[in-house]
Amino acid sequence: MDYLLIQMLNGVQLGLLMFLLAAGLTLTFGIMDLVNLAHGSLYMMGAYFAWTLIGWTGSFVLGALLALPATFLLGVVVEVVVARRLYARDHLAQVLATFGLILFFNELVRAVWGPEGKSIAVPAFLDHTVQILPGASYPAYRFALIVVGAAVALLLAWLVARTKLGMLIRAGASNRRMIGALGINIELLFTLVFGLGAVFAGLAGLMAAPIASVKIGMGDDILIVAFVIIVIGGIGSIKGAFVAAMIVGQIDIVGRAFLPDMLKTFMDPASASGAAPAISQVLIYVVMAAVLVWRPTGLFGQRS
Amino acid sequence: MLAALRTPRGAVTALLLLLMAALPLLTQAFDQRYLLSVGTRIVIWSIAAASLNMILGYGGLVSFGHAAFFGIGGYAVGILSANGIQSGWIQWPLALGVAILWAALIGALSLRTRGVYFIMITLAFAQLVYYLSSGLEAYGGDDGLNISRSRFGGLVDLRDKASFYWLCLILLLATLWFSSRLVHSRFGYVLRGAKSNELRMTALGFPVFRYRLAAFVIAGAFGALSGILLANDGAYVSPAMMSWVKSGDLIVIVVLGGIGALFGPLYGAITFFAVEEFLKPLLDLLHRGWGEYWQIVFGPLLVIVALYAQGGIDSLLGRRHD
Repeated sequence: MDYLLIQMLNGVQLGLLMFLLAAGLTLTFGIMDLVNLAHGSLYMMGAYFAWTLIGWTGSFVLGALLALPATFLLGVVVEVVVARRLYARDHLAQVLATFGLILFFNELVRAVWGPEGKSIAVPAFLDHTVQILPGASYPAYRFALIVVGAAVALLLAWLVARTKLGMLIRAGASNRRMIGALGINIELLFTLVFGLGAVFAGLAGLMAAPIASVKIGMGDDILIVAFVIIVIGGIGSIKGAFVAAMIVGQIDIVGRAFLPDMLKTFMDPASASGAAPAISQVLIYVVMAAVLVWRPTGLFGQRS
Repeated sequence: MLAALRTPRGAVTALLLLLMAALPLLTQAFDQRYLLSVGTRIVIWSIAAASLNMILGYGGLVSFGHAAFFGIGGYAVGILSANGIQSGWIQWPLALGVAILWAALIGALSLRTRGVYFIMITLAFAQLVYYLSSGLEAYGGDDGLNISRSRFGGLVDLRDKASFYWLCLILLLATLWFSSRLVHSRFGYVLRGAKSNELRMTALGFPVFRYRLAAFVIAGAFGALSGILLANDGAYVSPAMMSWVKSGDLIVIVVLGGIGALFGPLYGAITFFAVEEFLKPLLDLLHRGWGEYWQIVFGPLLVIVALYAQGGIDSLLGRRHD
């Protein structure tokens, strides 16, 4: 029972991280109509910025806080130099150009930071476990991830639903040309949204760093999962991204935790533990395919 | 035929094909074995890109999971070979059969979606195949599988580099020939018509979905052919051959060469591999050690192609008449 609870918490934590990554992606797609494969590169850059800044300042929190504006600036530069030229182009051009950006960023990181992975230590004040139920303890850092992730998700929900910027974002998602005609500075809005998405991606990257590791291409595979999430949720829908991220988080973690034992009932142990991670990944894509067959524009997507 | 040679496109293509046909003799004469292996890779990737071009170029269907067919073709050969079935006469048709079934299944599901959803669902299915293959512990899992090359009795020995290259080249020409027949058939016109205006083709009474599905399956079969060849080239298969980056590379090759141009995939593949071979020494010339980081230049190059040069290499050869 405790084991199940802890695994489900891991699923929530992974889901929240994925949501941070997917939120920026779904915003840029919903509002600017841009398929941005390079979103995973911003996730990676967030983690590398944090690694350097934590080294300089000697403090995890300070380094992480400084890495966020750095990622924002990078996002703005990417938007102004490349992304804004792609909004009006077809998906093929967007895929090609942002694929080029991935190659660029991966190689840039290799040139600047070197080919070996970096590790960010769990900050000392979170390097212990907390008692969540009698007899069940959970690492404090992962717990903090859940808290921060949930807080940022709430902040984003508030931002989109209650503020002027959020109103413009929603208006932009439903009719871009109209808000332009109403005298809103769309270029600035798009740059801001792109930068905002970059910050969320960077935050996800630097928060994941102490659990995983900081390495080249770290954003590439996880980006595909983020795409799966926004497609399941319905492109452009923040709510959909959240629901889908939670579903995917649970599938992944619960699959990894429980599949090996289930498989062992009819497979030999070695192949069972080898096949389980693969099958839990496969499950995510099966769910996505099932959702798309049932609803070709995702759970919360607009039907056109 | 001879008139076509007088256009720049015809002349360049004819010269290129002559050069490619003679490549094994040239590399032997100048003792450049390495170039033959690059050449073999270019030819195999051209077949894969040509198969993607059938749906992406002529059908306007941006499939971001085409490398899965590398894997399906490759693994079908690899798994049969690991189980003692070495004959290419059995391996190759079986591999193509599996690919056709798989393409029909995922095509039927994917083609229900449009636009970016189609891009993502094809990517997802490819990832599915990728993870399935990495879960095959009995066949090497993540590490992949060494295989022995397909046997064709006394007909052709795939271990001989030159014969293998010529076989690949013949299959590339067959693929391109088929592709050109396809495009200029009624089938091809419907496919291209649906690319520019799906609604109109539907209104005219064409079952667009079925045409697209047929194209998707044909493209899958040729994709698997390139996978079979790739497996035989290295005598090795692994999940890495169908990572999503390879699907991206295939799109890059198709666009570099010229979307929907008959010989575009060949121009694209040559450019793609040549850029790597040239950029490295060029950058090293500027500053020692920079060559290793050639993708810092290649990445932005792709951005520029995407933004300003979507016609690709083919458009440099003048207007097309098709």
